[in-house]
Amino acid sequence: MTLLVALIPLFPLLGFIILGLGFRSIPKRIVSVLGPGTVGISFLLSVITLLNTHNFTNPQFHHLFTWLSFGRFYVPFDFLIDPLSILMLLIITGVGFIIHVYSIGYMKHDEGFNRFFAYMNLFIFFMLILVMGANYVVMFIGWEGVGLCSYLLIGFWYRNQSFNNAAKKAFIMNRIGDLGFLLGIFLIFNTFQSFSYSTIFEMAKHMQAGNGTLVAITLLLFVGAVGKSAQIPLYTWLPDAMAGPTPVSALIHAATMVTAGVYMVARSGVLYVLAPATMEIMGITALATMLMAAAIAIFQNDIKKILAYSTISQLGYMFLALSVGAFTGAVFHLTTHAFFKALLFLAAGSVIHALDGEQDIRKMGGLKQALPKTYRTFLTGSLAIAGLPPLSGFFSKDGILSEVFSSGLIAWTIAIAVSMMTAFYMFRLLYMAFSGNFRGSEDQKKHIHESPAVMTIPLMILAFLSFFGGFINIPDIMGGSGILKNFLAPVFADAQNLSLLSHHHVPAGLEWSNMGVMVLLVLLMAWSAYKKFVREPIHEEPEAGRQAFFSKLLTNKFYIDELYDAFLVKPALRISDFLHKFIELRFIDRVVDGTGTVVVRFSNVIRYLQAGHVGAYMFFMIIGILLILFFNIIL
Amino acid sequence: MFSNFIFYFLSILALYSGMMVLLSKKPIHSVLYLTLTFFAIGGHYILLNAQFLAIVHIIVYAGAIMVLFLFTVMLLNLNKDERSPKPFWVKAAAIISGIMLGLILIGVFRGYDLHAGQHPVESQIGLVKELGRILYRDYMLPFEVTSILFLTAMVGAVLLGKKEQI
Amino acid sequence: MNILTSIPISHYLLLCSLLFCIGVTGVLIKRNALVILMSVELMINSINLLLAAFSAYSNDPAGQIFVFFIMVVAAAEVAIGLAIIVLIYKTTHSIDIDVLNKLKW
Repeated sequence: MTLLVALIPLFPLLGFIILGLGFRSIPKRIVSVLGPGTVGISFLLSVITLLNTHNFTNPQFHHLFTWLSFGRFYVPFDFLIDPLSILMLLIITGVGFIIHVYSIGYMKHDEGFNRFFAYMNLFIFFMLILVMGANYVVMFIGWEGVGLCSYLLIGFWYRNQSFNNAAKKAFIMNRIGDLGFLLGIFLIFNTFQSFSYSTIFEMAKHMQAGNGTLVAITLLLFVGAVGKSAQIPLYTWLPDAMAGPTPVSALIHAATMVTAGVYMVARSGVLYVLAPATMEIMGITALATMLMAAAIAIFQNDIKKILAYSTISQLGYMFLALSVGAFTGAVFHLTTHAFFKALLFLAAGSVIHALDGEQDIRKMGGLKQALPKTYRTFLTGSLAIAGLPPLSGFFSKDGILSEVFSSGLIAWTIAIAVSMMTAFYMFRLLYMAFSGNFRGSEDQKKHIHESPAVMTIPLMILAFLSFFGGFINIPDIMGGSGILKNFLAPVFADAQNLSLLSHHHVPAGLEWSNMGVMVLLVLLMAWSAYKKFVREPIHEEPEAGRQAFFSKLLTNKFYIDELYDAFLVKPALRISDFLHKFIELRFIDRVVDGTGTVVVRFSNVIRYLQAGHVGAYMFFMIIGILLILFFNIIL
Repeated sequence: MFSNFIFYFLSILALYSGMMVLLSKKPIHSVLYLTLTFFAIGGHYILLNAQFLAIVHIIVYAGAIMVLFLFTVMLLNLNKDERSPKPFWVKAAAIISGIMLGLILIGVFRGYDLHAGQHPVESQIGLVKELGRILYRDYMLPFEVTSILFLTAMVGAVLLGKKEQI
Repeated sequence: MNILTSIPISHYLLLCSLLFCIGVTGVLIKRNALVILMSVELMINSINLLLAAFSAYSNDPAGQIFVFFIMVVAAAEVAIGLAIIVLIYKTTHSIDIDVLNKLKW
């Protein structure tokens, strides 16, 4: 079993090595099989692992080798197999495989075809390490690794400098989060003398709730999650990350990497329920993020940017769920979000592919007839994300909303508002892209073609999952089995028991009415989007000066990027310039050059010792021997 | 008793002729005194029952090496007086260094607790037969390699002795 | 003739140390290259004697084998050394080391 588990990340790693070393020579046909194939094999192995695990209440630990061991500092390279990690494994390898297959078609004409699959395989490898790790250090390895792969893949078309800048921005913001994460790990070791989950959670159970150290630890870990999962204030990298190829956006910035933060908080559930202060901060951050991102999304015109802000908003949903202790709800939404967000991104990619690179929705329109399969799958994804029953998004969002409702009314109201905004911008996107008349150029109109099967079949698979995926966790109120909830129950049992959050029991009627309210509001928004964007012709953008203040603010993303630039980036550059001029050039360079000069001058003097007189040489030799003998033996 | 006497005699002889190697004015005298030293040391070998070594020592050193020296001195007419315009302080420094080295060495050896000779055994290892057996069995490889060394030395000596145009 | 019981090894040590020091002094004090070479031979011989003495006292043949090989090497070295001295004399007509100081900075 350990071998089986160890093989799961091994195949993508092998794929990376083979493709990375032979990326110039391996023909495309083989790469098309090898790249997705390794991930497919990992998926099969994950399924086999699931079937082989009989007892889910006790997590399995698989020890591969001891990585670091000195004194009390013991870091074994262990894998943990429990329901949560199995679920993540299936998502990562399953959705990853689908996206890899899609990429065969999407990246077909790209010269960096082999390199792309090498990087994607490496990403899958690191993500698997992240979710399978049995201690925080192994998770951190994966954490850093996915950050690296994100950089490599965002800047995939490296000849364009602005893409490189986007990649750098992503990596640096991630790094800021990683600093918090690392400090959290240090504090964990300081408090618990161990890195491994089982030890830490056992010890933490006996600690008092509200313990200052726990608050500090959880807060620092949350900083890491903020960086990785694009919450306020470290979210600006995600929209810029759309510079990478669309499959990258689908895999990394929708389905997997950005959910690493959610996974980490869910994994550390025991620590978080014992630190209510952090949960509050997490909730406030999540709400603010959700609201802001949804608001910005309404005014964006780039199809991928809309989806990017949508991702940020949905991640806010997940963190909101975590902050009220609904761990299962957060993980459920993570799963369904992986399905429909990946679907949306891939479908958007299909549209972009059909329009030969056009990403501005103001230049699209009427693609319904030209791209039927894409349209149908995109519609499914939009319905899912809006939360209309019986698609998966409805069940997962409803799961979160009901938990939030029982925790506080204000948060619930904001969440409902964000749901409305989500519906609005998604349907705006849908209508502007697919309905009405085509607003692009004549060339593009001639070029429009439906994507090949290798791209549409993954779309259909994901559409199927988005449609039916919700049935794995139907709430009790609807007479559902709650399969996922029971599946994950052992993982979150400790956290639920320790949770101090009061859960008022919500009467069934109120729940039904809440659900109904949400669905009605969503339909209302869909209709209003229809009215605005389909019935009336699209107005040209008014000149900049005449745009209303609020819409200008939102179109420019609240000017946050500019704020960061002025207050953080420019001062940093100025400091480094100063350091360079005054310390580097004047001081350090002088020391280094000076050492060289001293050596040269010294040797210029010493060389006169060699006068050519053999007798003198012998004399010095004897003196030397005398001294050596004297100091070693007699002294 | 008798052997003690022989030991002390040979030792004094060796030391005396060693000193005379240094103190002679003419190089030819140094060569002859050195030959005498070698004979004394050969005698020491016999005292230690290292018969094979004694014979080889006499043949190689006194018989070959010293003869070479004599040839060189006589054929190149190097028998000029040993002038000593070396400054006095250099000579003094040299002598002091030598004495100091001697003192240090003696000081070193005094501190050691030498286990050799605690249980003396009348051994046969010095005899030709025994030594030959050990040489050809355990130390075969170095033995063969020295033949290559000799080849190299011969080639070198011949090359150095050739007239011009190498 | 059992010398092993009557003369302690320290006597041999003393003898060889003194011979060695005489050789060292000769190397430092003499100007004639030939005599310097002879002093080196003296040093080598003192070591040979010491090795042979230890070999006899410890009943270990390795010492005498080592002496054997040292003699081999010394013989080769003297051959080459003398050839070099002859060549030097032929080119510069002097074997005084104070005069031969061309190998310098």
